[in-house]
Amino acid sequence: MSDARHLFIGIGNPLRGDDAAGLLAAQALRRREPAGVEVRELEGEPVDLIEAWAGRETVLVADAVCSGGVPGEVLRVDAAAGPLPAELAGTSTHALGLAEAVELARALERLPARLVVYGIEATSFAAGAEAGAEVRAAAEHVAAAAAEELAN
Amino acid sequence: MSTDNSTRRIETSYLARVEGEGAMHVRLRGEEVEAVELRIFEPPRLFEALLRGRDLGEAPDITARICGICPVAYQTSACQAMEDALGIEVEGPLRTLRRLIYCGEWVESHCLHLYMLHAPDFLGYESGFAMARDHREVVERGLRAKKAGNRLIETVGGRAVHPINVRVGGFYKAPTRRALEELRPELERCREEALQTVRWTAALEFPELERDYELVCLRSERGDEYPIDRGGIVSSRGIDVAPAEFDATFEEEQVPHSTALHARVRGRGAYLTGPLARFNLNRERLSPLAVEAAAEAGIGAGCRNPFRSIVVRAVEILYAFDEALRLIDAYEEPDAPAVEAEPRAAVGHGVSEAPRGLLYHRYEIDADGRIVTARIVPPTSQNQRSIEEDLREFVAANTALPDEDLRHRCEQTIRNYDPCISCSTHFLKLEVERL
Repeated sequence: MSDARHLFIGIGNPLRGDDAAGLLAAQALRRREPAGVEVRELEGEPVDLIEAWAGRETVLVADAVCSGGVPGEVLRVDAAAGPLPAELAGTSTHALGLAEAVELARALERLPARLVVYGIEATSFAAGAEAGAEVRAAAEHVAAAAAEELAN
Repeated sequence: MSTDNSTRRIETSYLARVEGEGAMHVRLRGEEVEAVELRIFEPPRLFEALLRGRDLGEAPDITARICGICPVAYQTSACQAMEDALGIEVEGPLRTLRRLIYCGEWVESHCLHLYMLHAPDFLGYESGFAMARDHREVVERGLRAKKAGNRLIETVGGRAVHPINVRVGGFYKAPTRRALEELRPELERCREEALQTVRWTAALEFPELERDYELVCLRSERGDEYPIDRGGIVSSRGIDVAPAEFDATFEEEQVPHSTALHARVRGRGAYLTGPLARFNLNRERLSPLAVEAAAEAGIGAGCRNPFRSIVVRAVEILYAFDEALRLIDAYEEPDAPAVEAEPRAAVGHGVSEAPRGLLYHRYEIDADGRIVTARIVPPTSQNQRSIEEDLREFVAANTALPDEDLRHRCEQTIRNYDPCISCSTHFLKLEVERL
């Protein structure tokens, strides 16, 4: 594991259409080879997330979201400032996700000083499918925005 | 009987801290409980139908998708049913690995329920997050344990959620001894901490409720083994049958208020499967460390208070770490990662102890190895009737409680079961109506 001060985490499933959004953003950022930034691709399991961002100064997380917007739309949320908005929180009643990981870490005082979540609006989750064109373009856009944010 | 006909109606339209979607309705006339219905409204998922025509080798991975919390249980029951049909047995190191990955799942699932979903009920918190602010040490311990469970599943199964390394006959690739050895320090620390958690749960305050359940679980053919991955089906009222006799012993029926089938013992009624059943019928088979911890926690002679299931889960977490360490010590790398077999037309039955209880699979396959019919009976649907009966007894004994307190206790009664509604739908909204 790298001890880079900055960490970018892409969350998603590569085999479920637009759900790959966060992974695609991570891959796009990695191609830019940003200095002092570790890029990781995770499944989004809360314990793994909290563990991953321990000791980091800045953590950016990209994940697919379903907030009712148009595919590829990008939302930027300062998660260190407060809970993720309700429309981005837990669509699953079955397992804990990113929003729960953020709140659990907040309760345990284990949030990094800067934690930003990029939500990429996703609509299609067909098994075995690739992400849609809008989502792939949005992933590139998130990588560019993240690179800029981490350079400052 | 009370002559008070005033109407009291308490409602929770959507039960929190359970997995899946459902509701509960309680109707009270004065102090008499008229109706208790656990309503499961999560839509049916039709897994049994979509398995038809698929290759037998696909069943473990397809059925694993029924649940993100207990995929190993689905994989194990499916594999064993197929192996039963094919006439093969998975023994030695492959069986060790199967039990080891299952220990990881018990830890993952029980930790999520114990620390994040169930403990807040006893301490008066709305959520696990609210509890975490005041009980950081406890929750951190829970996270470490869950992480150790994740690593165990990852090491044997390839990844922590929906493992990809499990197949009919064994595994695609057997882990090295060294890879398992590397888990030891973390597992040993978590075993120590699990002992602290047993003590911590034992000190909680429990509502009074002793129930005379018919307890149903597996019992291993080996006398020194707590049931996890396989065994025959036994009950506290004399059932002792092979997995193939599941249908002859239990029956399922549809009820109007639930999309999950209700199960019962043929000719009798409700039964209980899960941690309480396993513990009461097999507690002498726990490891010495777990037996001692249970005795110290005050449940050494058994436990029929469903609220104390949190203590039993804590004991099972301790056991799972202890057992995982034992299994790692015993592990020898196998010559082949799986037992191979040619398809044949046959029927196979598979059972295992999912964290929530007995999980039964039955498949009929044709000569080409295609699935002709599939049947899956998950633990939550088997427990629905017992949940309703717990609620009926608890409400009847506590009608004097104010509506809000009664509602909370009813929710807690349901969470005692760690119900997995998504698995059972084929579920929570809580409504108490007082007439």
